[in-house]
Amino acid sequence: MKKIYAHPRSLREVSTHYCPGCGHGTAHRLIAEVIDELGIRERVIGVAPVGCAVIAYDYWDFDCSEAAHGRALAVATAIKRVRPQNIVFTYQGDGDLAAIGTNETIHAANRGENLTVIFINNAIYGMTGGQMAPTTLLGQKTATTPSGRKADGQGYPLKISEILATLPGVRFVERTSLISPPEIMKTKRAVKEAFLNQINNIGFSLVEILSPCPTYWGVSPKDSLAWIENLLAKEFPVGRIK
Amino acid sequence: MGNEAIAEGAIQAGCRFYAGYPITPQNEIPAYMSKRMPEVGGVFIQAESELGAINMVFGASAAGARAMTSSSSPGISLKQEGISYIAGAELPAVIVNIMRGGPGLGNIWPSQADYFQATRGGGHGDYRCLVLAPSSVQEAYDFMFPAFSLADSYRIPVMILGDGIMGQMMEPIVKTLNPKPKIPRKPWALTGCKGRKPNVAKSFYMREGDLEAANLHSQQKYQAIQKKEERYEAIGLEDAKVILVAYGTMARISRSVVARLRQKGKKIGLIRPITLWPFPAEIFKKLVAGRKRPTLLAVEMSYGQMVEDVRLAAVDGKLPVEFLGRAGGGVPTEEEIIKKLGRLR
Repeated sequence: MKKIYAHPRSLREVSTHYCPGCGHGTAHRLIAEVIDELGIRERVIGVAPVGCAVIAYDYWDFDCSEAAHGRALAVATAIKRVRPQNIVFTYQGDGDLAAIGTNETIHAANRGENLTVIFINNAIYGMTGGQMAPTTLLGQKTATTPSGRKADGQGYPLKISEILATLPGVRFVERTSLISPPEIMKTKRAVKEAFLNQINNIGFSLVEILSPCPTYWGVSPKDSLAWIENLLAKEFPVGRIK
Repeated sequence: MGNEAIAEGAIQAGCRFYAGYPITPQNEIPAYMSKRMPEVGGVFIQAESELGAINMVFGASAAGARAMTSSSSPGISLKQEGISYIAGAELPAVIVNIMRGGPGLGNIWPSQADYFQATRGGGHGDYRCLVLAPSSVQEAYDFMFPAFSLADSYRIPVMILGDGIMGQMMEPIVKTLNPKPKIPRKPWALTGCKGRKPNVAKSFYMREGDLEAANLHSQQKYQAIQKKEERYEAIGLEDAKVILVAYGTMARISRSVVARLRQKGKKIGLIRPITLWPFPAEIFKKLVAGRKRPTLLAVEMSYGQMVEDVRLAAVDGKLPVEFLGRAGGGVPTEEEIIKKLGRLR
């Protein structure tokens, strides 16, 4: 009998702590599958964020580093410069990459570091209890925008991926989502391209994944998919950006 | 120049990763490294900020390289989060602080007002940096060797505490050359998990008891360092009635005071801490246990930071401890020290 589906080697066989309907589990698995298919598990060094995925290194089975909140791209830059033969990627949420880490993000991108960046955008801060994120939608109620985000006072949802795409050092930017099996397969294809770009020395490659957070959006896991399709993806359209 | 001696000493000691950001009075360090690192096949990055730089040092060190950053007072404040992470993840690193006047933006004149920041953590949590205080351009060069080897052997951040005078002054030195630096094996480094279980560089322990255990492990390291790594220099203690206590540039000035007054027959000595943490308490304990009762005069470019460690070491007032200091860019002169000595007792 031919084995056509199995637990990825790069994913430990443990249960995660993520909420029902959270996108992290799927995203972690896609990354593990891509790393296995590319045969790079023993070359990979992952850099984990601060956020719900702070312990991603407990779920993946390859070398990993933590990073202070927002600093993953500084940490990853140095690892890759010291060990260019390794495949170095960061896995970051919206706060990590586009709030506290904006400076490290923009400058690593501007230097054209040969890195792979997986950006999980769920428009909220999950770990700390559902506060506003830079990508939170106007009108979205959060723990720190109880009457809904207002442009006057809190600014607009930040299109960090579009901003990064303007930088000549950035080679590949794609936004995908996890709302259905076809979209999940598109996410996997984009993640694979982002890793292949590093292997082939093409340069800075980022995949933004629109990911559900039913807990803090205040909807059921099933409705969170529609929340992405009808609300989040209207503000952050999926597709190839660069 | 002091700054250049630090950079070249680091290269000779095997430093192959430098990330930094311009700030006066240490700009010569990143400039020197930008030229020198590529010559030895190392990595130089002018980071986007001081805090970008310290996080790059975290990454480079986690990947097994001898990594260093440098800055001056306000930039060192920016690095405190990163230094705490480096300590928590038990990574080796060397951080150079060429102190300037503060607080805040202050000015670019020399200072020793970051002693507390250097020796009392600086960043959050229970951790220590091993702190070395050179007081000449020769020491600025020489100390880089123990800085990197102590950082590697204990897996801790090591801080070189200089000041604007030391960084900028020029003196001839003898350069020990070390063309093939020997770096110890680092089985814990992130190199790709080929042939072994994966490594994780982290300071995060959420399971009950794990963080406490990790902290206890680090505390044992710090206790070992306190037992074995104290360094100081002592001059003229045998018959001293007054002993100056000073480090770095203030030790140079104090040394001149001792020479001048000894010529006049005054019985004066100098204790120069070389490690600020661990503070060389042993020599003070010896003085306390001895039959004489010299007065200690701590002299700093601050309003009294190292003097607290002198008071602690002089064991609850068993020896009288006095203080003279100026800060905000002011430098105590020989004349001011001599005048203060005249007013003692």
